[in-house]
Amino acid sequence: MGKLMTTGQMGRNRSITGYLFLLPSFIGFVVFTIIPIIFAVGIGFTRWDSMHPPRWVGLRNFQIMFSDSSFLVALKNTLVFTFGSLPFTVVLAFIFAVMLNEGIRGRSIFRAAFFFPHIASIVACAITWQLLFHPGAGPINSMLMALGIQNPPRWLAGTDTAMLSVIIVYVWKSAGYYMVMFLAGLQTIPTSLYESASIDGARYPRKLLSITIPMLSPTFFIVIIILIINSFKVFTMIYVMTGGGPGRSTSVLVYYVYTQAFRLSRYGYASAMSLVLFVLVLVITIVQYRGQKQWVTYMQ
Amino acid sequence: MSAQLVLVNREQKIKRAVSRIFVYAFVVIISVTSVFPFVWMISASLKTEATVFAWPIEWIPRDAHWSNYQEIFERVNMLVYFRNTVIISIAVTAIQLSLASLAAYAFAKIVFPGRDILFLLFLATLMIPYQVIMIPIFVIVRTLGLIDTKLGLILSCSFNAFSIFFMKQYFMTIPNEYVEAARIDGMSELRIFGQVIAPLSRPAIATLAIYTFVGAWNDFLGPLVLLSSDHNLTIQLGIRKFITQYSARYELIMATAVLAIIPILLIFLYFQKHFVKGMALSGLKA
Repeated sequence: MGKLMTTGQMGRNRSITGYLFLLPSFIGFVVFTIIPIIFAVGIGFTRWDSMHPPRWVGLRNFQIMFSDSSFLVALKNTLVFTFGSLPFTVVLAFIFAVMLNEGIRGRSIFRAAFFFPHIASIVACAITWQLLFHPGAGPINSMLMALGIQNPPRWLAGTDTAMLSVIIVYVWKSAGYYMVMFLAGLQTIPTSLYESASIDGARYPRKLLSITIPMLSPTFFIVIIILIINSFKVFTMIYVMTGGGPGRSTSVLVYYVYTQAFRLSRYGYASAMSLVLFVLVLVITIVQYRGQKQWVTYMQ
Repeated sequence: MSAQLVLVNREQKIKRAVSRIFVYAFVVIISVTSVFPFVWMISASLKTEATVFAWPIEWIPRDAHWSNYQEIFERVNMLVYFRNTVIISIAVTAIQLSLASLAAYAFAKIVFPGRDILFLLFLATLMIPYQVIMIPIFVIVRTLGLIDTKLGLILSCSFNAFSIFFMKQYFMTIPNEYVEAARIDGMSELRIFGQVIAPLSRPAIATLAIYTFVGAWNDFLGPLVLLSSDHNLTIQLGIRKFITQYSARYELIMATAVLAIIPILLIFLYFQKHFVKGMALSGLKA
């Protein structure tokens, strides 16, 4: 007997090992995710400058929020930004992926070129676009004026064009990411479908509409979900390029939360607003969860 | 009859050629649009205050002012920012990968009570955006006495549920027989993890390492919230600081931007395959 352990003992030992392996990650999650989310909910109901003890104010923050025009503008801008960039990003990413999939030469070079903006530093990209968009002397307006346009748009400096400019940069930066997702989706479509369609005499547009797009519907779905969530969270680009301006024209939710918390020390109010972001993301996640169940059966 | 067929064939060929041209034109135009800001950035970084916006654009400046790069190192502590970014990115990558792989091994290869519920709990944290908890994280890091330290930033970025999920998915593809055989040989779980599973998982580890490193290198919001002293800044914050101090020196600003992007470009060119492979799996990561 002596050294041999029973299976029960071994199982118990192994369980302990399992817990020990999880322990560091678990502590990390408790400290940096679980406590923070409980904390975020808690301070959302207080007035707190982070120096003095927080004061319970109940639902005050939420009442103030919905009569705070700056918050409402930020919320509206977040939605405009999200749903303004979404169609362009999806269509561009999809078309580019389909075209790359046509067996063209230099495919990997084109793919790399289109993808690279996604992993390049946002700060560096944002500041470069800010100069490209420079209303007086920037290359874009210099080109437009050379083409004979007398009054080119003021881009980031114009109240009515700033949001559009930010959307352009966002589409440019993120479309490559979704393109790769579409490329992965295209790999899953059996070529036999296209072959039998060809035998039936179907032309390219027909195949695109009747095979590619329907077969990619799960990919479209997940791309749109991820895109919405990511656009809801946009911050750095806005912070660097416009600082929410001119006026409040590009102030988005996270930017407003950031300024309220870290510039004005209104931590309670800012937390309450960040919960609105959380609810928005939660709703989209639930839609995703529900939808995925449908799409998965659809795919089988 | 046959003449007609030839005609139809030729017509089809022409149509195909035209659509080919269209495809290439589209792909080339979009690719050029994707790349041209970077080319402009590099070109502008070698110009002078007077020539940076000169029209028409001189893509390859006749007298390149490489001294711009020297100048930014003299004006701000670029070297310090660079070193900080390297330290933080490597530390975050190393810690995150080790801890996540260890946890993923437990989830994938060890049976213990409560495993599935714990995994679900980890997964659920994936939907909590950093932006929602950045205020509490700031408060917690401050309470721990780690505000405005590299350690505070590193710790707060070292736990990622996606990494656990990613590694677990990969470990699941490794047959359990390997683990069982090693157990019969009397190997401890830690040794099985280190000597059997980890070597078999090199491709997944490499992909995740590259992603984590690039993410940490480019991170802006985390450092912005947690770091403030000049000697702690990362390169992303350094650029931001440079912009506010020398807002009219566009050529110098572009030089700082180039510096922030070059390391990522090199990693990208060298490990391109990992990026594409990782992407297919990383639908969940922001």
